[in-house]
Amino acid sequence: MTSFLFLFMILAYTASVLAALIGGQDKLGALGAALGAGAGVALGVSVIASGTPFSRVLPDLIPLTGGFVIRLDALGAFFLILIGLIAIPATIFGVGYTATYENEHVSLRFLGVMFSLFLLSMSLVTMAGNVLTFLLMWEGMSLTSYFLVITENGEESTLRAGLWYAAMTHAGLALLLAAFVLLMNGGSSSFTDLRANSATLPTATRDAIFLLAFFGFGSKAGIVPLHVWLPKAHPAAPSHVSALMSGVMIKLGVYGLLRVVLDLLGGGPAWWGSLILGIGVISALLGILYALMEHDLKRLLAYSSVENIGIILIGVGAGLIFHSYGLMSLAALSLIGGLYHAINHASFKGLLFLGAGSVLYATHTRNMEKMGGLIKPMPWTALFFLIGSVAISALPPLNGFVSEWLVFQSLLAGFNIPKPELAILMPVAVGILALTSGLAAACFVKAFGISFLAIPRSAEAKNAQEAPLSMRIGMAILAVICLGLGVGPVVVVPFLGKTISGLGHLPEATPRFTSDLSLRTPDALGKISPALAAVGLLLLLTLIPIMFSVFRVNRRLRLGETWGCGHTGQTPRMEYTATAFAEPLRRVFAEMYRPTKELSIDFHPDSKYFVESIEYKSEISPLFDRWLYDPFLKSVRFFSRQVQHLQSGSLHLYLVYLIGLLIILLLAARWL
Amino acid sequence: MMGYILEIAQALLALLLAPGLVGLVRWLKARLQNRRGAPPWLPYFELRKLFGKEMIVSTNASWLFHAAPYLVFASTVAVTLIIPLIAVPLPFDSVGDLLLVVYLLLVGTFFLSLAGLDPGTAFGGMGASREMTVAAIAEPTIAVAIFSLAIGAGSTNLGQIVTETLSNSDVSIGPGHMLAFAALFIVMLAETSRLPVDNPSTHLELTMIHEAMILEYSGRYLALVEWASWLKLLIFFSLLSNLFVPWGLATVFTPAALGFALVTLILKLVFFAIIVALLETRIAKLRLFRVPELLGVSFVLALLAVTSSFLLK
Repeated sequence: MTSFLFLFMILAYTASVLAALIGGQDKLGALGAALGAGAGVALGVSVIASGTPFSRVLPDLIPLTGGFVIRLDALGAFFLILIGLIAIPATIFGVGYTATYENEHVSLRFLGVMFSLFLLSMSLVTMAGNVLTFLLMWEGMSLTSYFLVITENGEESTLRAGLWYAAMTHAGLALLLAAFVLLMNGGSSSFTDLRANSATLPTATRDAIFLLAFFGFGSKAGIVPLHVWLPKAHPAAPSHVSALMSGVMIKLGVYGLLRVVLDLLGGGPAWWGSLILGIGVISALLGILYALMEHDLKRLLAYSSVENIGIILIGVGAGLIFHSYGLMSLAALSLIGGLYHAINHASFKGLLFLGAGSVLYATHTRNMEKMGGLIKPMPWTALFFLIGSVAISALPPLNGFVSEWLVFQSLLAGFNIPKPELAILMPVAVGILALTSGLAAACFVKAFGISFLAIPRSAEAKNAQEAPLSMRIGMAILAVICLGLGVGPVVVVPFLGKTISGLGHLPEATPRFTSDLSLRTPDALGKISPALAAVGLLLLLTLIPIMFSVFRVNRRLRLGETWGCGHTGQTPRMEYTATAFAEPLRRVFAEMYRPTKELSIDFHPDSKYFVESIEYKSEISPLFDRWLYDPFLKSVRFFSRQVQHLQSGSLHLYLVYLIGLLIILLLAARWL
Repeated sequence: MMGYILEIAQALLALLLAPGLVGLVRWLKARLQNRRGAPPWLPYFELRKLFGKEMIVSTNASWLFHAAPYLVFASTVAVTLIIPLIAVPLPFDSVGDLLLVVYLLLVGTFFLSLAGLDPGTAFGGMGASREMTVAAIAEPTIAVAIFSLAIGAGSTNLGQIVTETLSNSDVSIGPGHMLAFAALFIVMLAETSRLPVDNPSTHLELTMIHEAMILEYSGRYLALVEWASWLKLLIFFSLLSNLFVPWGLATVFTPAALGFALVTLILKLVFFAIIVALLETRIAKLRLFRVPELLGVSFVLALLAVTSSFLLK
């Protein structure tokens, strides 16, 4: 059965690539990709449900270091499911979305091929059973996504974004190569052998592997300070690709981290977990703070992905800390929280990116200040975007709440850590996580409220039209997934328990979570039942109108103009803008944003009581670009200039270089 | 069965008491300021008046504006089913814990802010922006205060916290307890739009927060929104009293115990009403950009609470 599903998945993706190559077959191509993704989900579910990994070795395919090894265990299967769940709606959405490209200089054929190859390589990353397979697929994923990012290559900014992405991802790849070389230690490259041998490695090597893997995978996941490519590249890509990149691809960074650190290395000292937790906390807070200041809708979503990766890493980091002290059930709880948040973020961020895509499709702008009132022409998109916003703000009864609750609970259990100096840091993490989730709510009130509510701020927004059916279906699927994950933790949590059981000697965590309808945590810190809470809310909501008719409440309604303090004729200029909405928080966190303000007022020449025009300009300075990347890029540029002097163009000089080199080599051979 | 009846009774009780509580605070404030003041039961008449009135809705408003009052009211009433008011432990205790309570209240804030933006007024946007700012920076204090309570009780579930405090009071009452109380008290002022964070008795001032957000509401929607915000005050008062001073809560469901619990609940609410009224006559409203400092203080208090709970555990 599993081999059939595997073959079917490969064939479906291949068929979709072929359909795209022939051209003019987008629907067929999309069908192939969706079927492939569906087969991936089925394969993942069957592997986790049966508990037996699926493996295939193709030694002759690439006759190097052990050949092409496919091995899908529960951890990989979870991420394979995650890929499929988002890929299906994104593919369906793409059918309608790419139709806009027909008149532009975009090769639909190339886009289709790269899209299917991207999905295939991501799926194979989760199935890799040795280092070579893993790195090949990892690089395949990076390259295909690079080409997808530069789809709209008519714009300079897109190409620049692509360059940033390519540079960051390859810097990460270099770190990963080093990590794997150290891990292999000259021996076999299959993950099974690496797992068995890792315990014998010296501590310093293990620490080095951990650091290399953390920052290598972190550059893909988008941890602060390696996140800079994310807000550049994700918005530049076509929206259904952004949904996959933000929703799925960055999660594979988390997968890689768990694979190497917890699975292959079998966990480590407490400072590993503390480092991950610390970076997670910083990423969460900074990600959402920057998202708040953004009024490019897609860039806002990309920054919020940095935040959510932070939350996932808080779960993973806490899990590793508990693991290092042997608190296995708490470790399982934290990791389950992290993984739950991974799949939740995939679903709501996928949904939000698709929603932003429909807005972009309808209004041709990503600037929120030019939107407004879209809820009327685009009711479905608005509803789906609202569902995504509620979910990402961690409001019950949608899915964001459940995973944040799990992460909170695991941090609350932090007082079980025997080291007081570490345990005392847990409440700080709790505080920052809470601040993050509060800020996320503010951020998405802004994102939804400014884009979809009130009066249209531009002609494009006024004349917007609802997205085509295929795009709405794509969003609807993800909205249903958000709701399902929100009310069904009793089903999901045991499933995640199976996913992580056995990793780094974690026991199977399932039985503790299934006692009744409530979601209980191991050491009984708290229990909730999101399903019952949802039913309760629904009952109360229906009760209100019933009470209205029982008590004969006045039901009359009259439409009138918005009250303008005596001023009539409301225009969009009187509305609150996205910038104004975020202004209080910009002031509160001014230390972090370092905003610059420019105000120039033109007065009437005769009297300064008459203002002719006011120009207000305010910018925040991106901390990391300025203090970390600019100096680095400057020094690289300076160094390259210096090297330029060597290359004068004179043949004689080059001959001198050659002779010089020869002499140096001869001398070296003599003495070494 | 008794438990479920009590749950419903408790929600109805909260709905019934909330307007009176707000009326009492207003009346006490007036008396303290040498005014005669409206009678404490005025809010009941206010509700009746609003429910009987025709509504005017802005032409710009979308369906969200119509949905928000229902969502705000329903999520707030849902909270009254979870928190301990007169008896513990009740059956719905396992449906939600303190974190769910906090996030359910945030649901109301979230949708009310969106509804503030919907008609497209500058006032609505202003209120929404400020409300979300205050809500966001109040959040860490709440979470850390919950942390310190959870360490003491070994659970975030409200019934568990209360029973734990009742059964070994000498262990659970300590400096951590008091610090957490102080932290949550400050947050209560911010969350229920009281002075010094927001002034509940202004209309049309550039400093207002909550009132600015609901400016476009009228008729039965306004009644729902107002009732929900009064309910929120009652929720915070009873959380502050029953989590930190749970004595009087009925642990057995006998008429005598329940009657006693009802009386103590009302006494506790009156006590908090007096405190808030006193506070509101004594202090002026803070500038909006000084509010984070106040909430920063509450966060530090909450952190100290956790630290002392750690040390004394």
